[in-house]
Amino acid sequence: MKKASIIMMVGPLFLLGLYIFPLWNIMLGAPQYPEPLGMNIFIDGIKGFNEFDIVNIDGLNHYIGMKTIPKPEEMWEFSAFPKVIGAMVFLGVLIGFLGFIGKVSYKWFIGWFLLMSVLGVLGMYDFNAWMIDYGTNLDPHAIMKMANPDGTPMTYKPPLFGHANMLNFQVTSLPKTGAWMMFVGMMLTVVAFLVGKKNTSKT
Amino acid sequence: MKKYTYQLFALLGSALMLSSCGNQNGNSSSGALNSSNAEKVYVAPGEHDEFYAFMSGGYSGNLTVYGLPSGRMFKEIPVFSQFPTSGYGYSEETKPMLETSHGFVPWDDSHHPDISQTNGELDGRWIFINGNNTPRIARISLTTFETEEIIEVPNSAGNHSSSFVTENTEYVVAGTRFSVPIPQRDMPINEYKGNFQGALSFISVDPEHGHMDIKFQIIMPGFNYDLSHPGRGKSHGWFFFTTYNTEEANSLQEVNSSQNDKDFIAAINWKMVEEYVNNGGGKKVPANYAHNLYDESTHTATSTMKKEVLTVNPLDVPGAVFFLPTPKSPHGCDVDPSGEYIIGNGKLSADLTVHSFDNMIAAIEGKKFDGEAYGIPILKFEDVLAGVVKSGGLGPLHTEFDGKGNAYTTFFISSEVVKWKLGTWEVIDRKPTYYSVGHLMIPGGNSRKPFGKYVVALNKITKDRYLPVGPEMEHSAQIYDISGEKMELLYDFPTHGEPHYAAGIPAELLAPKSKKIYRLDENKHPYAVLTPDQARVERKGNEVHIYMSTIRSHFTPDNIEGVKVGDKVYFHITNHEQDFDVPHGFAMIGQNTSELLIMPGQTKSSVWEPKKPGVWPFYCTDFCSALHQEMQGYVRVSPADSNIELSWSLGED
Repeated sequence: MKKASIIMMVGPLFLLGLYIFPLWNIMLGAPQYPEPLGMNIFIDGIKGFNEFDIVNIDGLNHYIGMKTIPKPEEMWEFSAFPKVIGAMVFLGVLIGFLGFIGKVSYKWFIGWFLLMSVLGVLGMYDFNAWMIDYGTNLDPHAIMKMANPDGTPMTYKPPLFGHANMLNFQVTSLPKTGAWMMFVGMMLTVVAFLVGKKNTSKT
Repeated sequence: MKKYTYQLFALLGSALMLSSCGNQNGNSSSGALNSSNAEKVYVAPGEHDEFYAFMSGGYSGNLTVYGLPSGRMFKEIPVFSQFPTSGYGYSEETKPMLETSHGFVPWDDSHHPDISQTNGELDGRWIFINGNNTPRIARISLTTFETEEIIEVPNSAGNHSSSFVTENTEYVVAGTRFSVPIPQRDMPINEYKGNFQGALSFISVDPEHGHMDIKFQIIMPGFNYDLSHPGRGKSHGWFFFTTYNTEEANSLQEVNSSQNDKDFIAAINWKMVEEYVNNGGGKKVPANYAHNLYDESTHTATSTMKKEVLTVNPLDVPGAVFFLPTPKSPHGCDVDPSGEYIIGNGKLSADLTVHSFDNMIAAIEGKKFDGEAYGIPILKFEDVLAGVVKSGGLGPLHTEFDGKGNAYTTFFISSEVVKWKLGTWEVIDRKPTYYSVGHLMIPGGNSRKPFGKYVVALNKITKDRYLPVGPEMEHSAQIYDISGEKMELLYDFPTHGEPHYAAGIPAELLAPKSKKIYRLDENKHPYAVLTPDQARVERKGNEVHIYMSTIRSHFTPDNIEGVKVGDKVYFHITNHEQDFDVPHGFAMIGQNTSELLIMPGQTKSSVWEPKKPGVWPFYCTDFCSALHQEMQGYVRVSPADSNIELSWSLGED
């Protein structure tokens, strides 16, 4: 149980990577952008892959009537997410510590994982909802109003995961270091659960 | 009939090919050899060249940037000449760059670019170039590829033995080709002899910012100081100048300056002169010369007139200046990478004279002099001579080095490049040039570390090399592969203006630091608007200042009213783009000046003096975006006595 608890204490600490590394990354390449534009999505805001990418993406998007990329103060998520992650790290380490001193059972470990998974899915859902709004809620006075072959107005929601063609841009959206660290940290808590279970069934 | 002609040509062509295939060891330029040469200069689409080549523009007054081996031109950098393409010399910010003691001079003749060096190797910080006609030296940044500074050289005329840098860019050196009365005065021309003098200027370069300042001028006898190069390695601290017209003729010089069997190479121990000056030596004399400095943060140049220059009489610094007799009006003066050999290219001779630095020092220490000229000791020709290259060519002009013990000399009259070996003086190879080559260039070929892969011949005569375009045409260059024992002609390409010298540098030393944009948040221009809401129009008497910003695809403001006939309207335009390669242009109908081309983050100003009432449009001249055609605006001009208030707007009805 001690070994499992140590793993449980370490796992959530990987989530601290989210404060340093981007969670997600969207890159936009086009013929005239051999060096693609890109945005790194952090839990506390969106930054350009290169310094001026956000202003340049906004500049291009104004042609098709997209809103500007939100600044941290324009979305509650960017102030809430750091707090939620902080609380989850604290909770996870606390559960591990309590397991170490024998106050809680290994089942709490999977409990933390399930809670984190639910929060993660909610986060993805929220992120996707923002992208739908960002890509479809267009200015009616847009300079260029593009239509699909079937006549419906063209929308510009970036893919949540993977690759898409949008007008002249090739858009790639993939999880980045922060997400991978979160994934590793969460998997460690599952390992902690399994190790705890194994040791308990032995004794 | 036409068809038959083509068939005839085809037959002839195949006959020629057949005959050339049989000629295995001739100078055939067809077949397999030709295609491998094509591969050597082929840079695939999207790929980059291996070297930058900076070619002087000659009478264009500018500097052009090419790629090697492809011969593609990337940019023309305006230096000494007004350049309507960008507004250089027309915009309010850049007009001061062309100020001189003679007033605004919109043109010059640019000759010898030289890249800054550290420890005798190219460091790629700046490139210097001389204006020959109204003596000036310019410094160009190699991060922005723009002219940052121009200093006028007083007491000089025909600023030709310039602008070569010392081993650590301590000095950029400028020598006079035409000796003149110093100071200038009204006197009979035929009293030249003994009265005219030649100034050799040592311009210090601030190691951090590159700012130039004339540290001292050595006032030499009235010869023509034609070309120069610094000592390097063991000869660091010396500078060598070729001279002609040691006859001191003042008329029909093509004859009268060609009488002496030998002229001189002047060897100057500048370190000794520097020490003399640092200890208070020399004489400050009144002068008047412009120092023009462009500030990248304000995007603005200022011009100040300097009133004094420090002159040095070479006789006051014994041991600092010597003459090395060199046959037949030498032109090029080149120093090999080791610093041992000083090559005088006697342009009226078939041979090259190579002096030895060690021999020179030994002769000086042994005080073996062969008389003097105006008090300056002349060394004995035989004592300083290292060897003679019996070239078999005619009219040697310039020599470069490959760093592998070989030298390459151009021959103007016999129109060829000759490769020869340092030390043995034997000729290894010769290849024709098309036609009448002047300078040649090996990247780093006049430094301690040449990159001896290619040599470029910069020719003076083009004639039939390209499709004919009338009597006036561009000049012509050839690139040769010099990686093997024999030179191989690879490619021909036209060059803009009249390139004299050129300077090459590996692309990897410059490309990574080339600027993409100017940062708007570092823009300190007094008339900049950093956000569109600062855009405005202000009146000061009859001056109207329009603080305007641009972003794809509009001007802010784009409707302006309240301007009157007789006003002097300043458009101060800040480009708010922060994206690579998104300039905006500006042009106003009927404006008596050039357009402006404004880079991202930059501010430029242009003056318009409307002469007629009306509503006058302006527009963006750079195809900036899909909505470029919409990037336009109007200024309403009312009669001088109208009382319409100034107003401005964007997107209002």
